[in-house]
Amino acid sequence: MSDPLGAGSDPPSTEGAPDEPAGEVHHWWRLLAIWVVLSAVGDPLFYFLAGPHIPPGRMTSTATGAQFDFNVLFVIALPVLLGVWIFMAYAVIMWRATRGGPEPVGGPAARGHAGFQAGWILTTTVIVLFLAGFGTYELVQPEGAGGGQGSNPIWTPTSKTVLPVQVIGQQWKFTYRYPSFGGFETTELVLPDNTSIAFHVTSLDVIHSFWAYQLGVKADANPAYDNVAFTTTNQLGSFTVRCAELCGIWHGAMYNSGQVVTPDQFEAWATATEKRLAANTKLLPPFSYTYIPDANGADGGYYPDNVDPYSKVETYGATPAGKSGG
Amino acid sequence: MALDTTTPGGPEQPGEIDYPGETPVPLGALRQRSGWLRPHLGWAIVGAVIGYLIGHWLGNVIASGYEQVQGSGQNDVAIILGLSLGVAGWLAGIGAFTYPLLKMVGREPAPAVPEQSWVRYFRMTEDHKVVGLQYTVGVLLFLFTGGLLAMAVRTELLSPTNHVFGPGTYIFLVGEHGTIMMMMASSVGAGPLGNWLVPLMIGSRRMAYPRIEAFSFWIFLAGYLVILSAFFYGGFPTGWTGYAPLQTQASGGMDSYLVGFAVIGIGMICAGFNLAATIIHYRAPGMTWSRVPIFVWAVLATCALLTLATPTLVVAGLFGILDRTAQTAFFVNEHGGSSFLWENLFWFFGHPEVYIMALPGFGVVMEIMPVFTRKPLFAYKVAAAGMIGVALLSFFVWQHHLFQSGINPDMRPLFMLTTELISIPTGFLYLVTLGTLWKAKIRFETPMLFCLGVLFNFLIGGVTGVFLSDVPVDVTVHGSFFVMAHFHYTIMGGLIFALFAGFYFWFPKMTGKTLNKRLSRWHFWTFFIFFNCTFFPLFLVGLAGQPRRVFEYAPNLQTLNDISTISAYCLGASFFLFIINFIWSVYLIPHPAPQNPWDSRGLEWQTPTPVPWFNFEHIPVVLSDPYRYGEPDAPPVADLGLEMVMVGGAPRDTVDPDDLSPGSGVETDPRPPIT
Repeated sequence: MSDPLGAGSDPPSTEGAPDEPAGEVHHWWRLLAIWVVLSAVGDPLFYFLAGPHIPPGRMTSTATGAQFDFNVLFVIALPVLLGVWIFMAYAVIMWRATRGGPEPVGGPAARGHAGFQAGWILTTTVIVLFLAGFGTYELVQPEGAGGGQGSNPIWTPTSKTVLPVQVIGQQWKFTYRYPSFGGFETTELVLPDNTSIAFHVTSLDVIHSFWAYQLGVKADANPAYDNVAFTTTNQLGSFTVRCAELCGIWHGAMYNSGQVVTPDQFEAWATATEKRLAANTKLLPPFSYTYIPDANGADGGYYPDNVDPYSKVETYGATPAGKSGG
Repeated sequence: MALDTTTPGGPEQPGEIDYPGETPVPLGALRQRSGWLRPHLGWAIVGAVIGYLIGHWLGNVIASGYEQVQGSGQNDVAIILGLSLGVAGWLAGIGAFTYPLLKMVGREPAPAVPEQSWVRYFRMTEDHKVVGLQYTVGVLLFLFTGGLLAMAVRTELLSPTNHVFGPGTYIFLVGEHGTIMMMMASSVGAGPLGNWLVPLMIGSRRMAYPRIEAFSFWIFLAGYLVILSAFFYGGFPTGWTGYAPLQTQASGGMDSYLVGFAVIGIGMICAGFNLAATIIHYRAPGMTWSRVPIFVWAVLATCALLTLATPTLVVAGLFGILDRTAQTAFFVNEHGGSSFLWENLFWFFGHPEVYIMALPGFGVVMEIMPVFTRKPLFAYKVAAAGMIGVALLSFFVWQHHLFQSGINPDMRPLFMLTTELISIPTGFLYLVTLGTLWKAKIRFETPMLFCLGVLFNFLIGGVTGVFLSDVPVDVTVHGSFFVMAHFHYTIMGGLIFALFAGFYFWFPKMTGKTLNKRLSRWHFWTFFIFFNCTFFPLFLVGLAGQPRRVFEYAPNLQTLNDISTISAYCLGASFFLFIINFIWSVYLIPHPAPQNPWDSRGLEWQTPTPVPWFNFEHIPVVLSDPYRYGEPDAPPVADLGLEMVMVGGAPRDTVDPDDLSPGSGVETDPRPPIT
């Protein structure tokens, strides 16, 4: 109450401790101590106990990246949350109005504190710039973080072999075409382990979103548009695919699942399926990155979108020149 | 001068009032008709019905047999013309066109006499306080309708596989809930609080454009009817975002969505221009920019967004209407358009829209906290600069809604940066409020509790927003319940809590009644607890992989979804405490409010209760900013031209010196009644 210097300062965060005269209650030091202790306990607890279980897991390079990113953000966010909440709780307990209690001191000291304001702005700016830099690194480094990059992806896998898989969204199912195996179309999504995958996501009607949850991949399926997303598998197992963009009344029922198997199993499955579906494949339109739905009705017919079929497709196992996909 | 009889005032006028009736009525003015014949809500309904029928007939004449959706039996041209002319008829019925049309033909409109009866709430009126209360009721109408729809949505999600509604009905409920709530929330700042408070806070007797202000309310209410009309056309499946080409494919309810948003958008633009002009030009002498209450800064920043972002929505809606009726292809990829065009146009409006909702909430919190901490607002200039900064930056972040959509990927780091940058000025809310709490003397009245609730909730909403802005994390949480929980924490936990803080705070001034304290507190605690119990589990549900707007979900998420649903019911019940409190305190056991129950220094509290229609008998001369608490020798906030009784640094009562006899009641309004 009787310290005009400290009256306007409230450091819940990390900066700008004003000196308080001796004999006063050292609010600032108390707050700092509580904050440091709780943050020092909470952050490692989260990172080591909850961190490894944070979605989407570690099935692919991009999932691992997303999980690491989430954990880093949480470790930064927790002290921020704690700082504000501790300060609020402290204020509510310590500075509630009591009959005959001290009156707050107004005046210039209570209206601002240049050092503290500058410290706050500086701290938040540093945190934000760090987050943006870190996020950009985590976006670029693991082949675009599994997000749909449009027709001209710029962050591509470093791996020499990339398996292209086309994801076709339509109301209300996903089907998958494997151009490296004659372009057969199936409702099963099977991927080889330890392989970079290029998902070419497109749609035949409205906007869908291909969300392979455990793979850490999400890319909108736009009609007449090829949206490419990359990931590199590194664990065996099954994963869920859901539509993540509202696409009409059965949007909630638009899901299926897929599997990551060993490369040998994949090779066997793909060649067997290619053979099994050969008759069907002949009836399909030639593989293309985008399709135009047949205007003549709702029978599911579609044809290539004036694109020279197979022109941009790399063969699975061959060495592509530079980047994969469109 | 003759034309201004209805709305005396403005800073350039002398401090005396022109009482209506004392001014000679100019030649050629219309005679004042009797009450029932003058425009009111009933005539508006009649006008809307007639307009709708004419429009529908016209649509069937010019495009008979045309159906956007084959076999639906719905002629979109007829629906759109019906709705548009219905809105025009509504506005004609309420009298919105009378003044401009009469001026156009060179006649003077009848001088409007300020009515004192309840009938004025059903008319187009030039009194900003009446419009403010009309907006309050209108916004609550939206809020409760949207809230009931939310209950229905949560009911469907009680079970992962057993369905209460069909998937079509469910999607429609989701879309209608979202659209109504967005329409409501975009008007909360400018509507109830902005219209009611801004002239009082800046020491003005009137709005700059009172007719445009009233117009903005009545078109807002028309928007409510238009969006409800989707019920009769089978709903729309797109959610509130209305993505094409699903939009182009949808049946008649989509027309209600497109016309409704355009109608609401026009109202938002009008409200924005009126408030901005008022704040800039109608401040009282001495009300310098550094003395303007922080809520007014918030409204000014909001006005920038209302006027600059909303036209994009109106135009996008027009494109959608043309796609659905005139066979254009703005959003049809196969015919040379682009579905990305709608996404970009929509979010170029849609993201500033988020701050149209958030900024007034910040303003309310920062306005209220000094009163209950008895301290000046900490870092006032930072607060004002922060809100302007948020308003500017909000135009440069919209593509973060499209991170996974397949837009040009090298835009991603840029929009990640701008989105995270916006958290710097947003964080000033905490710099300012926490600074105000430091060594304060906190009184836990209901408005203060709601303010603390905003700080608690908005922090969670803001921090999770940083997660969403980070592209790698966004790959997982984009389009999931995580996003949904995030924006409910910012909009409901921030804006709606702030709205209630404002209602509780200014209620005694608005209505002249005191709300029951115990019921108010029960309302706060149930609202706060059940809000968090409803939406916090949804962060986990989203992280666990549940997409938005689904009617089926993984069975292992049922527990969390059920916690959320049951809490949502309790949250809905909590609203009823507010209604009960309102009816109890205003009608059943009315308890007159003192003029300044919170001991605020704000200029709006220096007026008598109820506030006379001219607000200030003399234009006040502002002497200091309203936050000089804790200074025993601080000057009063304004010279009202009356003798002031100072109590504890705040002018407690303002009385006419002529009536100030010893022991006289100081609450009475000594001025002659206005007839």
